[in-house]
Amino acid sequence: MAESVLGTSSLVVSLPEAALSLPKALPAKRRTVPEAAIGTALIAVLCLFLLLIIALPLGTLLIKSLEAPDGGMAGLSNFRTYFATPTLVDALLNSLTVAGIVVALVVPLAFGYAYALTRTAMPFKALFLALALLPLFAPSLLSGIALTYILGNQGFLRGLLFGHSVYGPIGITLAECLYAFPHALIILVTALGLSDGRLYEAASAMGTSRLRTFVTVTLPGARYGLVSAAFVVFTLVVTDFGIPKVIGGQYPVLATDAYRQVVGQQNFPMGAVVGLLMLVPAVLAFIVDRLIQRRQSSLLSARSVPYEPKPHPVRDRLVLVYAMLVAGVIVGTYGVAVWASFIRYWPYNLGLTLDHYDFAAADSDGWSPYWNSLAMALSVAAIGTMTVFCGAYLIEKLKLFPAGRAFAQLLAMLPLAVPGLVLGLGYVFFFNAPWNPLNVLYGTLALLVINTLAHYYTVAHVTATTALKQIDPEFEAVSASLKVPFWQTFRRVSLPICLPTVLELFVYLFVNAMTTVSAVIFLYGPSTKLAAIAIVHMDEAGTTAAAAAMASVIMATALGARLALALVNRFVIARAQGWRRREATA
Amino acid sequence: MTLRDATPFLRVSGLSKRYGAFTALDGIDLEIGRGEFVCFLGPSGCGKTTLLRLIAGLDRQDSGRIVIGGVDVSTAPPAARDFGIVFQSYALFPNLTVAANVAYGLVNGRMPKAQVTARVAELLALVGLPEQGPKYPVQLSGGQQQRVALARALATSPSLLLLDEPLSALDAKVRTRLRDEIRQLQKRLGITTIMVTHDQEEALAMADRVVVMNRGAIEQVGTPAEIYRNPATAFVADFIGAMTFLDARVGSARQIRVGAVDLVCEDGRGFVPGSPVRLGFRPEEIRVGNVRPTDVNAFQVRVRSLEFLGAFTRARLEPSLDLGGSLVADVSANLHGDLALTEGQYLYVSLPPAALRAFPVAARP
Repeated sequence: MAESVLGTSSLVVSLPEAALSLPKALPAKRRTVPEAAIGTALIAVLCLFLLLIIALPLGTLLIKSLEAPDGGMAGLSNFRTYFATPTLVDALLNSLTVAGIVVALVVPLAFGYAYALTRTAMPFKALFLALALLPLFAPSLLSGIALTYILGNQGFLRGLLFGHSVYGPIGITLAECLYAFPHALIILVTALGLSDGRLYEAASAMGTSRLRTFVTVTLPGARYGLVSAAFVVFTLVVTDFGIPKVIGGQYPVLATDAYRQVVGQQNFPMGAVVGLLMLVPAVLAFIVDRLIQRRQSSLLSARSVPYEPKPHPVRDRLVLVYAMLVAGVIVGTYGVAVWASFIRYWPYNLGLTLDHYDFAAADSDGWSPYWNSLAMALSVAAIGTMTVFCGAYLIEKLKLFPAGRAFAQLLAMLPLAVPGLVLGLGYVFFFNAPWNPLNVLYGTLALLVINTLAHYYTVAHVTATTALKQIDPEFEAVSASLKVPFWQTFRRVSLPICLPTVLELFVYLFVNAMTTVSAVIFLYGPSTKLAAIAIVHMDEAGTTAAAAAMASVIMATALGARLALALVNRFVIARAQGWRRREATA
Repeated sequence: MTLRDATPFLRVSGLSKRYGAFTALDGIDLEIGRGEFVCFLGPSGCGKTTLLRLIAGLDRQDSGRIVIGGVDVSTAPPAARDFGIVFQSYALFPNLTVAANVAYGLVNGRMPKAQVTARVAELLALVGLPEQGPKYPVQLSGGQQQRVALARALATSPSLLLLDEPLSALDAKVRTRLRDEIRQLQKRLGITTIMVTHDQEEALAMADRVVVMNRGAIEQVGTPAEIYRNPATAFVADFIGAMTFLDARVGSARQIRVGAVDLVCEDGRGFVPGSPVRLGFRPEEIRVGNVRPTDVNAFQVRVRSLEFLGAFTRARLEPSLDLGGSLVADVSANLHGDLALTEGQYLYVSLPPAALRAFPVAARP
């Protein structure tokens, strides 16, 4: 379009004579920076760092499971002991049972919700998506605490349980459903969103019934998403520690067993065995997910067009009712926990008070765990964003040291297959070992930061890599031809282009660091107790209202961070990145 | 060609590159003179881009040597080789203004700021975009973006300019204009230039010499006229322009037997009499008008179909005698009007002996 501005005047005609000489602009000889050496060194450092924070702790866990309690090698005898001990096997079976039930409940529920969000003309989709994602912003155990208020011994709806106690499998199952719902929803929304509208047009052109279209087009397209969601939910439930701790009562599961073995009985080898058992579904999920992604990519071609749902009053009204029910249960449950944190004495005195936010009354540490959490989460976000993004850049954009880059990539993908509790156990064994000079870190905030970073490394890494892949791969080639080293291009081009992603990473890491319990439960020291751990302690001590209050503060902080991101994106990024818009800016 | 001097500016010898089992380049030898404009031409996957990237140092060859300006740069990183490059995607930095893009390689050169500004203005004037400095790339058209990429590549006054399919992403009109402009600019600056393209018209129009590549090897190097008129291989003949091939057998003294017909052919190429060859000729070289049955290489054909293509009409001709295949002839619009060809019509055509080329049978394109 702007081509016409030039009219027919060719650039050759308008050449100023002076330009033709094109004087040598640069001195002939220039000091060359040892770019390749620096790049290779940086990749090596990245490999070492990932090895230290991911591979070595996991390796130690593996070795520990083969050790006898006295330190000698015991081979597989720990595993034999495990399966010969009925109480331990019970916990394993309990975990599998609960996880199976949660999958059976959550995946269909989330599928219906995702269907409403992607395939219908239901109003307020953005709002319903946001409401359903609420559990991501709170520690998992908040849903457990909320259920004790609702269905517990003093709960206002306990009649619904017909005399059964919420403390045990019922409570765990319900709380895990709430906690796992958004995780399944995200996967299914993505799977259903990636559909080819042409297939629906073709089906409709051939006069196919709605039901048949659903069975022959919709379900096959979402099949991989369903499998993936099922595995993710299963893994989440098997490895979650917070909920069984709060609402599990006397019902043993793997996660609480691992904690009991390590913290309670100091039986490290048996703790390692339990950890490895928890690793099994996670690794399976990881492998299945890889396989699925390979197949999924072939479903959509560049010629696909997105599906645009058309209004259908009856269906849209039905799914609206359904979405309101589901979102209502989620928001209601979490709302009860927040409300309860302001209640004077549940359920006898429903007067409002801020007393429960005076944490010193419930726990001698007072507010300090919250500040620890904040410091830890900010550190993880700041250090993690930098490390992850720079690391992804080195792996994705540099051509040097292919073996090193492949190794770093492998290590970066590993944490996705490792539940937090398992990683935490690995850290206990590795960073608490007398032979390890790094054991000075044990109990420090620094170790909590490193552990949390390792725990959430993969998702952040994949996000950064995806953003970097969208940048023209020739930028580095052009820079090299202009004799500009890669770190200049990183600073002047890649980083500014990826700024929205970088902020996204920051908030992702911050929110998860604020809410995580499972990995850090083994690693905190007397002066570095985190807010999420304080919740566990206060709940254990019976000061449930204070626990709910602390969880509410965490949730408010995490939501605040997400809101701040939205505002920054809306106002700051939009203004600072005028280059994304086609219209000229004044 | 007049710009070439005795010692080549760029010399590539024995260059090979494999990707796993796939041989991208197989022992390439090539010399390019100072100030020459050379096109690497070939179908996708022929290795032309790989060769360009090896010369730039963006990929590393498995074996072979690259000498630029008398310096062996075979193992040197890109930054140590003196070149500017323009990609098909332009690869303009979207978050930097046009001026900052052009200045990108200058700022790093510790050049005083005022000098950088002056140089950027000079370069933008050079590519015909004097007022566009403060804009961002997204605000420019494709053709303008490609000019900016060109200015950026020229900013550091490299001695070698590499163009990797620079015009492929543009629409036809802009492509033709920019093609002329790049060529004029290159001539005036006298900068040695290599351009990769799969578009034969582009290569013929722009290059001093064309390097035709196929399956990781060079098929022919020559001026556009040379490779068009005297294609060294059946591949080149078929890839550059169109060519009809017929199975033939070399006869005695300038005779070649095609089916039941003996033709006079001046292109013997030392084939042993009796050996099978593939006989090729271009559609526009078949003489259609004013052919008498007694003319050299004249024979009768029936017009099977006519395809109107604007400036000319493509006629599919069925020989009355067996030639082992049908012929394709391009008839100019004028001649077509004079002859008033109709489908099913019988007429005499001839194949001028100079237009016939014999290729070895193995070199089936």
